[in-house]
Amino acid sequence: MTLGMFIKALIYILLAPLIGGTLAGLDRIISARMQGRQGPPLFQPFYDVFKLLNKQTTVVNSIQVLFVTGYLIMTIFTGALFFAGGDMLLVFFALSMSEVVMVMAAFSTNGPYSIMGAQRELLQMMCYEPMTLLVAIGFYYANGSFMVDDLIQAKIPAIAQIPGFFIGFVFILIIKLRKSPFDLSTSHHMHQEMVKGLTTDLSGNNLAFVEIAEWYDLVLMMGIVGMFFITANPISRLWAILACAVVFFLETLIDNLFPRVKYITMLKVTWSVILIFAGTNLLILNVLK
Amino acid sequence: MKISKSPWVLHYDGSSCNGCDIEVLATMTPLYDVERFGIINTGNPKHADVLLLTGGVNAQTAPVIRQLYNMMPDPKVVVACGICACDGGIFKECYNILGGADKVVPVDVYVPGCAVRPEALIEGVVKAVGILEEKKKKLKESMKAGYCTVDYSKMAIHMTADDYDPSTQYDAVLTEEALRQQAEEKIKATNKPAPKPVAPAAPAANVAPKPAQVVAATADSEKGDKA
Repeated sequence: MTLGMFIKALIYILLAPLIGGTLAGLDRIISARMQGRQGPPLFQPFYDVFKLLNKQTTVVNSIQVLFVTGYLIMTIFTGALFFAGGDMLLVFFALSMSEVVMVMAAFSTNGPYSIMGAQRELLQMMCYEPMTLLVAIGFYYANGSFMVDDLIQAKIPAIAQIPGFFIGFVFILIIKLRKSPFDLSTSHHMHQEMVKGLTTDLSGNNLAFVEIAEWYDLVLMMGIVGMFFITANPISRLWAILACAVVFFLETLIDNLFPRVKYITMLKVTWSVILIFAGTNLLILNVLK
Repeated sequence: MKISKSPWVLHYDGSSCNGCDIEVLATMTPLYDVERFGIINTGNPKHADVLLLTGGVNAQTAPVIRQLYNMMPDPKVVVACGICACDGGIFKECYNILGGADKVVPVDVYVPGCAVRPEALIEGVVKAVGILEEKKKKLKESMKAGYCTVDYSKMAIHMTADDYDPSTQYDAVLTEEALRQQAEEKIKATNKPAPKPVAPAAPAANVAPKPAQVVAATADSEKGDKA
């Protein structure tokens, strides 16, 4: 049992950066094609990280290095916990912890853009944290357990009972994957008012660590999307991968369709979506059960 | 894998008429699409590898350019885009223009043109990433020897140019000799067996013959004089 968990966690730790990096490259190619461009090679994110690892690292203060490394480690821990079949609640708490560490890294630099990015990141967390908690609760309602190991043994896919939670989760994925209408804290597209937000004052190794942590995060998020479809039946895994692909494409499409919004719009829209879809779903489940 | 596969570009407008800036942005468009070479236009000097400078340098933008250059992590290259950035161009005689970008920072590639053609610009950046690769090797060697040789000697020449007083506004930049002395003192102080006693000379030898690469026409005569 524990050995199996270790092996699963190890597989995640080894494979997730490869999958995540490839997905990130795919994202850039799809985006480019949507804009009528050819786009970079598929493995461009790996080239980028390799280059960053080979560059000089300028550090604003030494505590920044600790926080950024902490961010990477916490993110890996979160994902490993999830893929090893751990507790969903713990996964989400560890996830917010990793975000908090990243925010601390940005605050510690004392740079105006970093601090602005950190404040916006906190606002973003305020937007998506309720939904991540609700997802854990939704899975509990659907299958009666918080443990990922039990949840994947379900008789019917969770999406049949908690579709509202799925919609809410896909919506907050826009924030989580830093996609365009809500990429307030790190503007991924060039020349915007806050340079690069959270990561403005990071360079070299530190920036590479953040990139790698985001790959891990991406794989974890796709794993949670897949959780909505996985049952004891092995064929359901195919459906889960298909769902991940559709969701991933959708996020890229949204990224390219919408301009960024103000934080107040993000707050209103996100909480409305969460309240309407996940809230209603929760109410119905409460009445039925 | 090569570091030159993902050059991230920082573009700064010295005091250009915006003709070259528009061409720089044109390279991002679907027609030229520089992202296929992994080139990203980042607005952040701390993430950038290539500094694209357009327009001649005037007294107000000189400290900004120097600061941007100093903020960029090594290895880094500078590309002067357009004839104004190469040597001042049509504005050279103006009372406020110091000259080309090489008055303030060491320029690696000169891309002339008024305005610079996007094709020439892309070729210039591609040449620049070649230099970037060389610089990375040099940096690694020098780091092994215990000090950093990156271009500071070249930079110091421009720092002591009679155009302005560097001691008031800019970060102090040490010459290569000073760096080497510092490194040697440090090695003596730590009493560590020196990795290579001859090593300081080797990278220095590499520095000297490295020419500023030129796409078509050059404007490097002044630099040669000062050196």
